[in-house]
Amino acid sequence: MRLTVTLAAVLCASTAMAQDSTDPIKLTLHDWTGQLITTQLMGEVLRKGDYNVEYVQADYLAQFAGLETGDLHVAMEIWETTGREAMDAAVATGGVEVLGPTGMQAKEEWWYPAYMKEKCPGLPNWEALKEPACAEAFSTPETAPKGRYLGGPVTWGGFDEERIEALDLPFEVIHAGTDAALFAELESAYQRQAPVLLWIYAPHWAPAKYEGEWVEFPTYTAECYTDPAWGGNPDAAYDCGKPFGDIWKVGWTGLKDKWPGAHKAISAFSIDNDAMGAMITEVDLNGKTVEAVVAEWIAANEPTWSAWIAK
Amino acid sequence: MSALLLSAPRPFDGRWLWWLSLALSLALWLWGRAALPLAFDYPKAWQIPAAAWIGGAINWLVKEASLGPVAFSDITRGVAAVVDAPYRMVLALLATGVQQQSGGVTVQHVPPLSWMAVIGVMALLGHWAGGLRLAALMVVCFGFIAVFGQWQSAMVTLASVLVAVPLGVVFGLALGILAWRFAWFERGLRPLLDLMQTMPVFAYLVPVLILFGFGPTAAVIATLIYATPPMTRITTLALSRVPEEAHDLARMVGCTGRQRLWRVLVPSARAPLMVGVNQVIMLSLNMVIIASMIGAGGLGFDVLSALRRLDFGAGLEAGLAIVALAIALDRLSQAVAQRGTANDIGWQHPYLVAGLAMIGAGFALGLIFPAVQTYPEAARLSTSAFWAAAVQWINLTFFDTLEAVKTFFLVWLLVPVKRFLLGLPWLAVVALLGVAGWRLGGWRLALLTAGLSFLIAATGQWEKAMVTVYLCGISTLIAMAIGVPVGIVVATRERVWAVTRVVIDTAQTLPSFVYLMPIVMLFRVGDFTAMIAVVAYAVVPAIRYTVLGLQSVDPRLIEAGRAMGCTPWQILTRIRLRLALPEILLGLNQTIMFALSMLVITALVGTRDLGQDVYIALTKANPGNGLVAGLGIAFIAIIADRLLHAYARRARARLGLEATA
Repeated sequence: MRLTVTLAAVLCASTAMAQDSTDPIKLTLHDWTGQLITTQLMGEVLRKGDYNVEYVQADYLAQFAGLETGDLHVAMEIWETTGREAMDAAVATGGVEVLGPTGMQAKEEWWYPAYMKEKCPGLPNWEALKEPACAEAFSTPETAPKGRYLGGPVTWGGFDEERIEALDLPFEVIHAGTDAALFAELESAYQRQAPVLLWIYAPHWAPAKYEGEWVEFPTYTAECYTDPAWGGNPDAAYDCGKPFGDIWKVGWTGLKDKWPGAHKAISAFSIDNDAMGAMITEVDLNGKTVEAVVAEWIAANEPTWSAWIAK
Repeated sequence: MSALLLSAPRPFDGRWLWWLSLALSLALWLWGRAALPLAFDYPKAWQIPAAAWIGGAINWLVKEASLGPVAFSDITRGVAAVVDAPYRMVLALLATGVQQQSGGVTVQHVPPLSWMAVIGVMALLGHWAGGLRLAALMVVCFGFIAVFGQWQSAMVTLASVLVAVPLGVVFGLALGILAWRFAWFERGLRPLLDLMQTMPVFAYLVPVLILFGFGPTAAVIATLIYATPPMTRITTLALSRVPEEAHDLARMVGCTGRQRLWRVLVPSARAPLMVGVNQVIMLSLNMVIIASMIGAGGLGFDVLSALRRLDFGAGLEAGLAIVALAIALDRLSQAVAQRGTANDIGWQHPYLVAGLAMIGAGFALGLIFPAVQTYPEAARLSTSAFWAAAVQWINLTFFDTLEAVKTFFLVWLLVPVKRFLLGLPWLAVVALLGVAGWRLGGWRLALLTAGLSFLIAATGQWEKAMVTVYLCGISTLIAMAIGVPVGIVVATRERVWAVTRVVIDTAQTLPSFVYLMPIVMLFRVGDFTAMIAVVAYAVVPAIRYTVLGLQSVDPRLIEAGRAMGCTPWQILTRIRLRLALPEILLGLNQTIMFALSMLVITALVGTRDLGQDVYIALTKANPGNGLVAGLGIAFIAIIADRLLHAYARRARARLGLEATA
């Protein structure tokens, strides 16, 4: 029985996709839920299209070494906001190509829990942070009288020191080393209803789990980062919020020759923030497994994904 | 007594130079900033562009270097393929079975060993090597892994450890024997071993990935680089300590050189060699987290992803599964070594038959009852909810107290020391290190310590290096202040020591990530959090070596002290601690090494030192910068190590434990 199924599958594969290799396509898994879901969605869809797929656990940034040499084939989530530099460097080597946006938008900004609105009523408008009383409310012994803003790891960039300077905010940036540390602090503060102001990004489970808001800075434009004259402060750049950005798919440049159909399918993959946010919440807060959530999505969205793998 | 006389101060002993340089440094520090600014900030124009050079060299090595027609990277890829084959086999046996994927459908041809069979076989091995007690320990360790639902990941990790450890032992042994045979080889090897041990793994991760391909093999190679040096060192040391009688005996019975080595010397050095094996196992398991970042998967990956969800319980369970593996493998290998070589295994051997029967039964029953093949999900225990509640309770109840403690430490200890160290002129520090080297070990050591510290300044890393010294220095002092008294208390109490050993073994193998995140919750991101993490890890050697030193004091000397009417306090301070000083110094040395090796981890909670530089370089795929910062850390380690070694040698000589060199 098993043998016949296998045989049938082999035959199907070899007739339908004569030009595609039967070697497994290696997709990388990182350590955050959204990425696991995106990758396994893509992987399962590829399997529906008779491709062999292998998941490889890899570090977000170290993976580029493998993508360049063709040891790894596809990475499903490279964030404009955190992975751009590494992605550009990898593309420059000629070993990696960008397979288009995933359809999700990375949002990153200063964020505070809802209970902080009592102590700093002007929020979410950023100008409320200029009030000394407000900064005091966000301060700790090390930073007082300035407020404490917990930034992301140095490697994420983000220009928060420059933003504070340009907008003349009475705040000090403390960098968390990893995002696990970032959310550990948030969890701790939230439990105690203690003041906290930190860098949060979405899609992520945190905005779903904790009640709170993003600070509203002047909206980002490209000129704001390059042209000092732009914005409220005529002498400094960065006097605006953080950029929104695409989340990109990237792959090994050999992909399109070895698996042309899969190359097309991966390029066609697209999903939006809300659908992803809902799935992340199912996994991280409701305790479902990634596999179960992915299977549900596959069952419910057949028209969507069958178009990706259509010949 | 003669040793005592020999090391008595000679009339011209260079002490004047010590005082002179100290006074000059002090003057420079107090008044020099205006007169000699370049002593404080190394001029940018004179900086050595080491990062660019090393980056270029790496690029050349991975992209262009070749031996004749064969590219260097092809050779390394070949090595990777050779390592990969046994790994795939073990992995199939333990974790995946024989699978085939075609047309997007995965077909399981043969299942892996069932969990019951693995536990049974481990218990049999335990019984064969160490009797019922060890068998029970095996069942407990592997049972723990199954009950907490870590089986699949643990088998993946076990597979990579089972490949890495034998390779590490064989390479370590081979290099160690070569170093013991040929003095020139040892001289060349020693600095390399130092670098391998002290260079943070992140620093060479990218080149390793490019050369060996992305995946478990690269992880095994990185593990080998990190875990082999202790084996090599111990091999060389053990062989050179084999008593002269054994050599004579071998000569008398007419052994050839090869026979002498393998039949006489290696067996008689078995006990210390097993310490090396133990270290290879422990260090391999230490690498599990980092290995999982580059495609090894397994328990390390579970720890990382649990902590990203802030699921401390799940992280702790996966971490403890690593500890369980470590304890099981360590105790088993120790018992096997004590039992002697396994010449007596034959096909008729009851253990072998029983083992095969168990595997067969597991396979057959597994086809009928799935619970035999795979541990049932329903019977799985989880402590996640408990740990989340516990951390929350501590957070809500004690946060203010903890905050006060933290502020006290920051204001009175951490910040002043940091300011002081950052304010020191590099020129004076380099000079003082040189003088210290000269006093302790002659001009060679002086050249080394001054040269290496100068290189740190010359590559533009002085400030970061000082932050590193500050963090590691304070952590080392605190670790010693905790570890030595604990060692003194437990050294003479057999039972307490047994318990302590389990605790420190756990501290050494439990990935620090597991406790780092709860610490962040309680103490926020910052230097204090990093310090706690470093102390928790570095206190292990402080305890271990203190106990070792105190326990090896000759009991006759203590008896003599008692006969002369010493109080217990005098016996402790005048006899036991004094005689244990060399071991305690070795403990200090290892504490420093452990502290430095934690830097990369503490970079993940946001410290601003060389570890952070290494991490940034990794994220920007810039091997040049990473290696330079990694070398900076290695240099600090080497300077500390050499100075302490020289001091310990003098201390030993003064105590008459060893002739002056």
